This record gives sequence, C-alpha cells and structure tokens, in this order.
Amino acid sequence: MNILIEHGRIVDPASGLDLDRADLYVVDGRIAAVGAAPAGFVAEQTIDAAGCVVCPGLIDLGARLNSIEAELAAAVAGGVTSVVVPPDADPPLDEPELADRLVHRAKEIRKARVLPLGALTLGLQGERLSELAGLKKAGCVAFSQAKVPVVDTEALLRALEYAASFDFPVFLHPQDYWLSRNGIAHDGEVSARLGLAGIPVAAETIAIATIVQLVRDTGCRVHLTRLSSAAGVDLTKAAMAEGLPVSFDIGVHHLLLTENDIGFFDTHARFLPPLRTRNDRAALSAAAAQGFAAVCSDHTPVGADDKLVPFGEAKPGATGLEVLLPLTLKWAEQENLPLAAALARITCAPAAILGLDRGTLAVGAAADICIFDPQAEWTLTPESLRSRGKNSPWLGYPMRGQVRRTLVDGRLVF
Amino acid sequence: MHNPQLNANGELTHLLSTEGLPRAIMTQILDTAASFMEVSAREVKKVPLLRGKSVFNLFFENSTRTRTTFEIAAKRLSADVINLDIGRSSTAKGETLLDTIDNLCAMHANLFVVRHASSGAPYLIAEHLRRIGRDDIHVVNAGDGRHAHPTQGLLDMYTIRHYKQDFSNLRVAIVGDILHSRVARSDIHALTTLGVPEVRAIGPETLLPKHLDKLGVHVFHDMAEGLKDCDVVIMLRLQNERMNGALLPSAGEYFRHYGLTPQKLALAKPDAIVMHPGPMNRGVEIHSAVADGPQAVILPQVTFGIAVRMAVMSIVAGN
Repeated sequence: MNILIEHGRIVDPASGLDLDRADLYVVDGRIAAVGAAPAGFVAEQTIDAAGCVVCPGLIDLGARLNSIEAELAAAVAGGVTSVVVPPDADPPLDEPELADRLVHRAKEIRKARVLPLGALTLGLQGERLSELAGLKKAGCVAFSQAKVPVVDTEALLRALEYAASFDFPVFLHPQDYWLSRNGIAHDGEVSARLGLAGIPVAAETIAIATIVQLVRDTGCRVHLTRLSSAAGVDLTKAAMAEGLPVSFDIGVHHLLLTENDIGFFDTHARFLPPLRTRNDRAALSAAAAQGFAAVCSDHTPVGADDKLVPFGEAKPGATGLEVLLPLTLKWAEQENLPLAAALARITCAPAAILGLDRGTLAVGAAADICIFDPQAEWTLTPESLRSRGKNSPWLGYPMRGQVRRTLVDGRLVF
Repeated sequence: MHNPQLNANGELTHLLSTEGLPRAIMTQILDTAASFMEVSAREVKKVPLLRGKSVFNLFFENSTRTRTTFEIAAKRLSADVINLDIGRSSTAKGETLLDTIDNLCAMHANLFVVRHASSGAPYLIAEHLRRIGRDDIHVVNAGDGRHAHPTQGLLDMYTIRHYKQDFSNLRVAIVGDILHSRVARSDIHALTTLGVPEVRAIGPETLLPKHLDKLGVHVFHDMAEGLKDCDVVIMLRLQNERMNGALLPSAGEYFRHYGLTPQKLALAKPDAIVMHPGPMNRGVEIHSAVADGPQAVILPQVTFGIAVRMAVMSIVAGN
C-alpha cells in the first residue's frame, strides 16, 4: 500500500527534521521518503495534512488496558501507536501464556501495538521470580512490579541480578512500601490542612537510593517510572551522570498539576505517586524540558463509582491515552518549549528507553505516524473519550490539539 | 476557589469546615448560640425554628455523644430527628455513600448531620446535592476523618469568648495528637479567623502534621515552653491505638511529657482556662486534679455545644 501524506508540517524530533508544507511517502508499511516522491511512487491513498503536524506515532511508557478493545481504540485516537502495558492486570502478567495472549489479542484488534511488561515476580508478590526468559520470548519488552513495591530488598537484588544475566531491562516504580502504604496525598501543606494521611518525598528518594545502589552492584538496566519529586529527580540525574544504566519518566499530569489541585477533596486529583508541591512540579518539568526524562500518560481508567467516594477511598489515577498529546502541548506552551522538543518526550525518548527502532520518521523506519491539528480546540467531556476511563481532572476544560489520523505500520487505524 | 459552604448570596448553606468560613458568619453563629443559651434554661426548652423539618443524623462512624448533642439541639429547634447508624446497615450491604444519600433525599430530608471516618466525605455529599439540584438540603459536618469537626471548633470558640470576651489578645495552646485530630484543625482555622494573635501546637513530632506553620501555628515540642503565659489550653484526646507503637512508646511516657498536671498548668496565665473535647483519658493527657479543677471548663463546653449546634442548624436550614 502506497500512502501519500501531503502538505503537512513534518516534525521528526529524532532527526531534527521540521518541514513546513511537505509530503511524506509510505510504501509497504515503511517511510519511503520525505519531500520528493521516491522513483515510481503512485499513491493508492492520499491524506491531506494541510494545517496539521505530521510526527512519529506516540510511544506511551505506561497505560493500563482494563478493556483492551476500548483502550486500544482510545490509544490510536490519541495518536499513540505503541503502548507499554504494566503487568498489574487481573491476573498479573506473570506467565508467558498470558503475555502471549495479550500480544495476540492486540494484533487481532489491529489498533495500537502492545508492548507488555512482564511481572518481575510471581503475582507481583515481590518474592519469587517469574519466568523472565519465557515472558521475554512471549513478547514482553521489559519486567516490572507495576506500582507494587518489592518489600524484601534481597528479593529485589536477586531479581536485578537475574535480569542482568539476560540483559533484560527492568521498570521499577520507586516507592518505599512502609512510607507509602497508609498515605493518600503528598505529605505537605494540603494534606495537613485536609487531614489526609501523607506520603513523604522520602518514600520516593529512599526507594531510588536503594535501586541505584543495586544497579551499581548488578549492572542491571533500570527504568524508573513516574517520578514525583524534585529530590527524586536529583538523585536519578546523579545516577545517570555517574554513567549508571538508569532512565526515568514522568506522568504528564505531574508536569501540570500540584497538591493544590486537590482543592476540596477532588478525587480526580488523587494520583499515585501523589501530586506534590509547586517546586516538585517545576523540577519535573525542567527535567523533561532538558531532555532527561520521557513523558507518559500513566493511563489508569477507573469506573465512575471509584471516584464518587471520599478522597481516601477513591482509586488513584486518571485517563491518559487521549490527553497525552494535548496535555504535552499545553505543557510545552506553558514552558515555552519548541514543538519538536515537546514531541521528543513522547516519541523518540521512550523509544530510546525501550531500545525500539520506532518513534522516528527516518526513511526506512516503520510508518507509525500521528497527524494532528495543533490548533483544534475541543472540550474534554466523558462523551469525547473513547476510553472506558472517564476519570480526569480536566473534565470540562478546553484542550488544544486534536489527532486527525493515526497510522501503525503504514496502516490507517484512525 | 468556589466555597462549597456558601450559596450564591454568600450565606451559609452547609457547615463543612471552619476553614474558609468568613469571620462575620462565625460571629453570627456565636451570637445566635448566645441567644439560644436562654432557651436551654427555660422550662419548655423549644423554639419552632425548624418545625416540620427533618434532620437526619448520618453516623457512618459511631459516636453516641456527638450524635446525642445534635439530636438534642435539633429537637430544641422542633425538628423531626431521625438517627441512622449507617455503619451497621446500608454500607454493610454494599450500598455506596451517594446511593444512601439519594435514598434519604427521597424521604424528604432537610438537613444531614454527617459523621464519617474519611476526610472529605461531607464535601462529597454537598457536591452531590449541588449536582442533583437539591439546594434545599443542607449538610452539617459532625466530624470527617482527620479533617474537620467544625461544630466542636465553634463551640470551643464560644467557650473562649464566654470566658475571655475578646480574641484579639489571646495566646492559645493546643496540646497533643494534632496529626489525627479533626478538632485541632477546626480550632486552628477558627482561632486564626477570629483574630487570635498566637496559636500554639504542642506535642512530639510524631503527632504533629508537617507544615503546621503554614496554617499560622507556632510549634512547640516542649510542654513547659509551649504553655508559658497561655490564656487558653486545649487538650486533645489521645486514642488508645496510638499509645504504644511507632508514634509513642507508652501512655506513661506521654503523660510525663505532655500530660497536663497542676504543675505544668501553673506555667500558663493564672486565669487560663482548660478545655477538652471529650471523652477524656484521665492520667494520659490530663491529670484528674486539672480535669476537676477550677480552671477546667470542660462541662460548660458540652452545654455550649448544644446552643452552638442549634445556631448552626437554624442558620443553614431555618427559613
């Protein structure tokens, strides 16, 4: 299938390409040329991208797929072409057969590509190792405990040693079990005022310090997920500066919101890790803007009833796949960041973390493409979302930037 | 930010917290309560302000004492009072909090008095009533989690005003488990709103929330230092489950350092009053000689509490 995407602004952060009113040519699922047509090219399909940005499909480092069909449709509607799925499904993704089934199901649905994270330990219990090599063979791209802390540090050490033997990367959510188990909000001014049990920053920094030391000892590649604090960013950047194989990401909501957005117990502002202070938000934003971290949606669809309860009983998290792009654009605008730099955080940066040869419009690369109108305004309402998760602190707010078309491997999926 | 306690005219429609409660409304509540003190002294202790109205006491967490004071207050306003011990009924059958509220709305409730173990539960109910267009139904928070107990805060203000007349030259100390105390939070916001120049919090670091200074409170770890020259001492109850563990080594050590004894009270001003929201743990946070002594105003607090609850209910739900 030959596809011509014409007259768009072509932005490829990986190569630094930024062309106005240019054409992009897709042949057999791959990018064949940018600018001038390859020899003998005859378009079977033409997509008019005038007024739109043409960029690599988004790679989301963390999205839960409670109802896989709806969520993968939501992904491509949000321009997301690859979705990293944490293993905290029901049942947890701790057997090769489960991973195999997930990958196949996603292929049948033919929307976004699913990149599962296998459970590092059986049942995410933090005790016995899962069959990592088997999970890898079934399609897992890395291993993870989702947001379940490993309480036993020896078990964590052994898991990283084992993963390092096969050079498997591990995604860890840095959160000390003991300091976070009872908490529901950042341990700060807002939690003091509202009488909410606090999660101190030390829950994150202690976990990072432990993990970094174990990385130093084992050489295991570790990706830290969803950092929430300035101190956490500092520790992680120091480990990266030391040359340790460490990377990190930030949930897009943490780039924009703080503990103050809880207002009067707004359950939509309950997150794990919790939203923290303005200083923390500023440090996360700076780390992302300077290219240290990838940005992801941390898509967590929950039922309406799970938010219509008192704050401490509400499930944490927000819907994310369909707002990752507009919220990233909003962040870029707020921070005066060039478009390509912002898009890099959700395309080539996560690709680099995953060691994936996607997230680029380079000639020869797989044609995972997102075409969006950067000026289109829309209002976030439950009806505007394809995801089953209608939970968002942005309900009723205007969004700028709307996806028009999404291609996965040169196939028009949205 | 939209204040969920006030209606479009800036009048009190729910009492959810003393935080964000305008000083004029606080004063109005205290003045109204003063007028009700006379009612409680009559032979026929009733006024018809809530005649024909239904007050539902929704106690998702048990508290016989608080529920009783609300019940008495509502009855003195001539309301019909329905007590629901929800902890043991609906939620046990899996009904959600808001399902329960919808059901009670259909029973023509006028006022919900809500006690709940989760911080913010009364806000959820007030927001739900707004969403379903039931501005005619009011919510009074009778204690939510660690967050607020505004009628207790207001009765504490009433007590202080009764004995000290003026808030503008007082030094008030709140002693004990402030971290887990909804009373302390309601007192702090009420005291600062009413213009008390110095509010102190005294306790070990394990029982103090972080960033108390941001609420305008001076923190003391040493009881003797903290009590010095205070006009009012508010003692807090120490829950049994907090006495032996990671927060405190023992009730005995707590009493030695933070229990109010006559010797320690002597460091405060000679005419200082001692308050306690009850129920007291004698020998844990307070010595009997103080609890029963001439400076204690703990029983008058209970009496004032009825008048303050009458005032609050008549203001939010009266015609």
